[in-house]
Order: sequence, then C-alpha cells, then structure tokens
Amino acid sequence: MSSKPKLTREQVAARAALELHDGDCVNLGWGIPNLVSNFVPSEITVFFHSENGILGMGPRAKAGEEDYDVVDAMKVPVTVIPGASYFDQGTAHLMARGGHLDVSMLGGLQVAENGDFANWKIPGTKGSGGIGGAMDIATGARRLIVCMEHVTKEGAPKLVRRCTYPLTALACVHRVVTDLAVVDVTPEGFLLQEVAPGWTPQEVQQHTEARFIVRGDVPEIKRSGR
Amino acid sequence: MKQKLYQTVDAAVADVPSGARIFFGGFGGAGFPNNLIQALDRQGASGLTAITNNCGSGDGELGILFKHGRIRSVIASFPGPHARHFQELYTAGKISLELVPQGILCERIRAAGAGIYGFYAAVGAGTAVAEGREERVFGGRRTVFYEPLAAEFAFIKAWKADELGNLIYRKTARNFNPLMAVAAKTTIVEVEEVVPVGSIDPEAVVTPFVFVHRIVRAKGIHNVVKA
Repeated sequence: MSSKPKLTREQVAARAALELHDGDCVNLGWGIPNLVSNFVPSEITVFFHSENGILGMGPRAKAGEEDYDVVDAMKVPVTVIPGASYFDQGTAHLMARGGHLDVSMLGGLQVAENGDFANWKIPGTKGSGGIGGAMDIATGARRLIVCMEHVTKEGAPKLVRRCTYPLTALACVHRVVTDLAVVDVTPEGFLLQEVAPGWTPQEVQQHTEARFIVRGDVPEIKRSGR
Repeated sequence: MKQKLYQTVDAAVADVPSGARIFFGGFGGAGFPNNLIQALDRQGASGLTAITNNCGSGDGELGILFKHGRIRSVIASFPGPHARHFQELYTAGKISLELVPQGILCERIRAAGAGIYGFYAAVGAGTAVAEGREERVFGGRRTVFYEPLAAEFAFIKAWKADELGNLIYRKTARNFNPLMAVAAKTTIVEVEEVVPVGSIDPEAVVTPFVFVHRIVRAKGIHNVVKA
C-alpha cells in the first residue's frame, strides 16, 4: 500500500463539480456527493433535485433561519433558489426514474467493471439497512457519477470485477470519481481517465481489483479553475 | 353534507382497530402526522402494519408506536439508523419488514388509489428486491412486477384544509402525504388551519376533498432531526 497523499473528500467533490453545466438538473446523494454543491462555479446555475420534492434546492439554511418544512434528503434544513418548485415524493422519483435529470451523483460501496453498483448495505452489518431513493435514482439516471473513496477503510478495493455487496442497480454507472482516479465504465471495462497528483496508473491499479484500460498518458485529476 | 371535521385527534382515530394497515406520511422530520400518531398510541390499537418511508427517530414520529409494541409489520423504504425502537425489535426478530425502493413505494401506493393492478419497472431488477417477483424483459431491459399497496387508513399531515377537505401542503412537508391520501379507505388529515369552503384557490388545491374523510386541527409538531 502506498502512503502517498490521496485527495480529500472536498477535493473529490470539487472534481465532481466540474461535471456540471449551466442549467443542469442534478440529484446529489449521501456522502461525498452532498459536498459537491459547495464547488459549483458561481458563473453557472445548477438546479439541485431532492427526492422529497424540491427542484432548485439552495444552500443549507443559516442558523436561526431554519424552516423545518424545507429539508433535504439528509433531513437538514435547506433553502431554495429562484425558479425552484415543490412537489410530492412520487413526482420527485418520476423525475429521477424517468430519466428527466441531467446528472445524478451517488456515494458508493462497490462499482463493478460492467457498471453494476452497490451502495445500500454492507453484508454482516447490524440492523435493517435501508434502500431509500438509491435504486430509483441509479436505475433512471441519464448520467450516473459515483463519488467515493477508492478503497475501504480496511484497504479493500471498491472498483471490482463483480459486486459482492447487495446490488443497488445493474449496469448503471457512467463515471467514478475517487480520491485516486477518475474512471469511466465502457463496454470494454474501466477506462482510466485521470489519476491523483503524484500517483502513477500502475500505483492506482494496485488499489483496484478490476483491470484498468489505459490509453496513452493519463493526466492528473483536473482541478477547478477557481 | 357529511361532516368531516373532528374536534380532537383522539376522536379522529378512536375506531382504528388492532391489526389495521395504516399509511403514515412524512419524510425527514417534515410532514409527519405526529398528533395523530400520538393519539393512536394513546388509543392502544396493536398488531398494526405500518406503511411508511421511515420508522421514526428515537421516540419521535413513529418511534413511540414501536416503543410501545403497537406495530407488528412494516413496509418501508428507509427505516433509518435513528429508528432505535424499530431497529431493536427488528434485530430481536419481533417485527417483519418489507424493504421497498422509495419511488416504487410511491407508485405502488398511487396504483392502489388509481385502480391499477400493478406495473413493471426496471428498478430493483437483479437486486434483492426482485426476489420472488415476476420479471419480464421490455425493449431489452429487465423489469420487475410490483403490485399495488392499499391500506385501511392513511394518517397524513397538510398545512390547510377547507371544511370539505381540500388540502394544501407546505413546502417539503408535502412528500408522501398526497400519494397516501388517495389509496386508503379512510384518510385522516391533521392540519394547522381549517378555512371556510371557497377560500382556497381551486388552482392551488393539491389534494381534492374526495380523497379526505376526516379532518382535525392540531398544532404541528416538528421532531427536529439532528443529521
């Protein structure tokens, strides 16, 4: 295991934010994706979608200004931006499952080289687990970007040949942004697009169960121009 | 005309029998019919089936019903790590759980209200959710069959009702409430305010009165969830 520095969660979120374009309608899930809205360039407007019925969700509410009838999917009081709308949970999932959102970003436990995705349950953990909106959002995503650590806390690879954790959805992931790499899911397998500063493709491969496809020189992970 | 307005939350839930199947609206601390839930707990019906997104937070929301052993069976999307009383019962094997993807939960409820006898969706294909369910391939895509989900009662929360039962909701406190309202034999709504018929703009009505059977005014309770 290399002890070179990896990207922080904020740096992973900042890289993921580069995937967003002016006017995009975007669902952000739990984990690192929840940080992505902090890194959207100020010159573009992104309409964030929340599964409990918001399109056009703004930043968290300031202390003292919370309205507990306006919460995000993590149950935190939030604000809305001009152009926002409220609707029921069924309409919120219609948007996600019906492919009406431009991009969805979810946290992940495992992504397989065929795009299979697991993010809702670690086998052997206590309690009921819970699916929430993840299956609807992953299944219907026009473009699903998974943001996660490259390996587990114990060092086990999360980019795998076949998922061994309970699946969220089949063949749904388009791109994975980790603290070591940016990887695309292609019909041939994982294509390595970018690596963390100071890391070589070979070193990132050592932390990955599935084999990468490497085409030419792999650039460093892009940074925000700001 | 049938009088739908009840004077107390206790009167509104007095006839809920043990073994009843009940929808509970609410998500993320917003839009929970907390006054009705607490009245149901006082009433004491047991052996209930709860159809809900999540299973409470500590004693809050549905938590009190699990704490007092009122619920035997749950159909939910995300019971939740803060649903302490539910999780204890679940771990002890004292409660049954069917996990349903959240959007599919919405559509199964809507289907029950709409006279639709089920539908196919790609959600859940190849996952644990599909176990025991019929699968079909449409346009090369694997799909799973989902049956409708009805209940005897819906406990919902709205912002305002008129005396007929036309409802409007407030912001994200809408969530599951209008969906559940259409799919129960008896829909009971707690509202912040009851206004005269004709004072809600017809363009603004979210749940038309035909879906609402009992109305009770109660000051909303927010169980503030610490993330």
